[in-house]
Amino acid sequence: MEVQIENKEEEIERLLDGLKNSKSSDWEFRDTYNPIYSTGKGLNKAVVEEISEIKKEPDWMRRFRLKALEVFQSKPMPNWGPDLSGIDWENTNYYNKPDERKANNWEDVPDQIKQTFEKLGIPEMEQKYLAGSVAQYESEGVYHSLKKVWEDKGVVFMDLDSAVKNHPDLVKEYFCKAVPMTDNKFAALNGAVWSGGSFLYVPKGVHIDMPLQTYFRMNNESTGQFEHTIVVGDEGSSVHYIEGCTAPRWDKDSLHSAIVEIYAHKNSNVRYTSVQNWSKSVYNMPTKRAWVDENAKMEWVGGSLGSKVTMIYPSSYLRGPHATTSNLNISLAGPGTVKDTGAKAIHMAPYTSSKIIAKSISIEDGKAIYRGLLRMNKGAVNSRSRVQCDALLINDESQSYTYPHDEIYEPSGTFSHEATVGKIGTEELTYLRSRGLSEDEASSMIVLGFLDDVMREIPMEFAIEMNRLVKLEMGKLGAVG
Amino acid sequence: MVELKITNLSASVDGKKILKGVDLTVKGGEIHALMGPNGAGKSTLGNVLVGHPDYKIEGGSIVLDNIDLTNKTPEERARAGLFLAFQSPIAIPGVKISSFLRTAYKQLHPEDKTNVTQFFDNVKKHLKKVGLDESFLSRSVNDGFSGGERKRFEILQMAILRPKIVILDEIDSGLDVDALKLVADEIIEYASSEVGFLIVTHYQRILKNIDPNFVHVLVNGKIAKEGDKNLALQIEEKGYDWIRS
Repeated sequence: MEVQIENKEEEIERLLDGLKNSKSSDWEFRDTYNPIYSTGKGLNKAVVEEISEIKKEPDWMRRFRLKALEVFQSKPMPNWGPDLSGIDWENTNYYNKPDERKANNWEDVPDQIKQTFEKLGIPEMEQKYLAGSVAQYESEGVYHSLKKVWEDKGVVFMDLDSAVKNHPDLVKEYFCKAVPMTDNKFAALNGAVWSGGSFLYVPKGVHIDMPLQTYFRMNNESTGQFEHTIVVGDEGSSVHYIEGCTAPRWDKDSLHSAIVEIYAHKNSNVRYTSVQNWSKSVYNMPTKRAWVDENAKMEWVGGSLGSKVTMIYPSSYLRGPHATTSNLNISLAGPGTVKDTGAKAIHMAPYTSSKIIAKSISIEDGKAIYRGLLRMNKGAVNSRSRVQCDALLINDESQSYTYPHDEIYEPSGTFSHEATVGKIGTEELTYLRSRGLSEDEASSMIVLGFLDDVMREIPMEFAIEMNRLVKLEMGKLGAVG
Repeated sequence: MVELKITNLSASVDGKKILKGVDLTVKGGEIHALMGPNGAGKSTLGNVLVGHPDYKIEGGSIVLDNIDLTNKTPEERARAGLFLAFQSPIAIPGVKISSFLRTAYKQLHPEDKTNVTQFFDNVKKHLKKVGLDESFLSRSVNDGFSGGERKRFEILQMAILRPKIVILDEIDSGLDVDALKLVADEIIEYASSEVGFLIVTHYQRILKNIDPNFVHVLVNGKIAKEGDKNLALQIEEKGYDWIRS
């Protein structure tokens, strides 16, 4: 016990010291790399055909894209959430190809792109903590690697475009099954112009003990990133998949509209962690959903830190008996931003359980919304669910809203909701300041304390990253209160 | 030479004047007791000294080792060497004691290169002295603490953070006899020529364990009487009514 405490403190201290002087320019920097190919501004049938052509895709995929475009054009904008009128469809660039190659080692990645990922610490992280890594720059994966030991066991990890070519049958089995293109306007958009994303397949009974990570980087102004990620944990397997993302800040807004599909087969254990730190010129509108089979466990861990507007509600469909899911999320609504985040749990089988813990922090006029759906179908006997939403308001004008939605059709089901809203108080601040902490340090310590029960579930490297982002946000404020 | 010099200090809270010209000097190696009836302004003095933003200084000065702290922030006062053991320390959920102590220590002693292991060895030594278990380190600051645990934790912080001037606000409340003994021993051990103490207390209970060099009685926002430890004994016998401001 005591040894653990010390080692962890020491490790944290070492990492934090290394980050002491970090600032947002560490990841909001722009680089001057120009894509070798771009479809230009705007979206129409020709652009979709062009993307498919460049990718030399099979015909089924081309037809799928064109169908998705029709669905996208026919669906109205969602009007029940944040204001999305700032999305400039005409001036968005839907496909930017960074390079011809898809490298297996960093040496083969174009210098400028490699430097960008090096600045973000990706190769270093891969070496230390990861079983495999994919790096996407603009619209395409530019790098992927998987440690040989896992490759030998039949694990597949690469960008989805490569997987379409190398493992077409496997991809076809899962592509858009959990998230059909008709699901919502942004899923349909993704269907039409998707590019990149990762494909991870873990065979039966394989337990991968280190996480696999994909890192997404957007660079240019007014671009869209539309990756599609599929994670499959076959029967009795276990895996932890991590995503991180950043972009420079521009005057004109960009759009990120991804699809993430997760398939947790019988007795498997899948954990998906994402730390989103888009710059404040990004609309972040992904659709994330998991199918969870009998006795499988699906864990969502999310940190939604950056972006201008984020709408994200990772969903778990508990399809087999004893399937379980947990969803732990932190949303940081900084000045001028909106976080409309939440979770969905659909109990479709007996003895299923779900746990949702959502923590939000609103700074200045930042607006944090929890929007969730809990459904227990008739026949999902003895299922359980617990939802806890905690909001922390930093300033007087900070906002927080909670919109839970429950549909319980099974009388034997049990569920509970708890919600709290708090502020950073003078007493807490004074106490910490009287021990030598500056006002900023005291505030971020209180905020991190508020987040602690979720932070503990996050891998240490990401907890540290989160830690520094919170400190940066708080540090920018100057005076709190 | 450590010296806290409070001169003609007046202060208000919510527009109400509570301190009306307090003069008090605490030097290194001295233990002062500040006594007084309820509502005299004892806790206000602690809060004013620590720089609590709800308390407004109307006049006078607070000077520690020739540094004028009157208009300084709480963290500047702490860095100058001032420490208040709060009467009712507030809970801060999720803030782990281990990282809180380490962070505070690094702020107050930036020049000290003690590594994490040495630091926590020292923390554990003092945990034992104040009668707390090592598992305490993984709890959150004051969160779910009993009254006694809060007080022990304040004293632990004093021993770890090593201030020059220690103000103890009703440190004996909430402690049973055994705990009071442990806490008093820790205080006595820490008292030295480098450290000055101001023990703020309503009763003279703690003064049975710790001998003060000076006793001051605060009545209606002013020091009304001063003396040695016999004054505390007199108060125990006769109460405060015989002392008039």
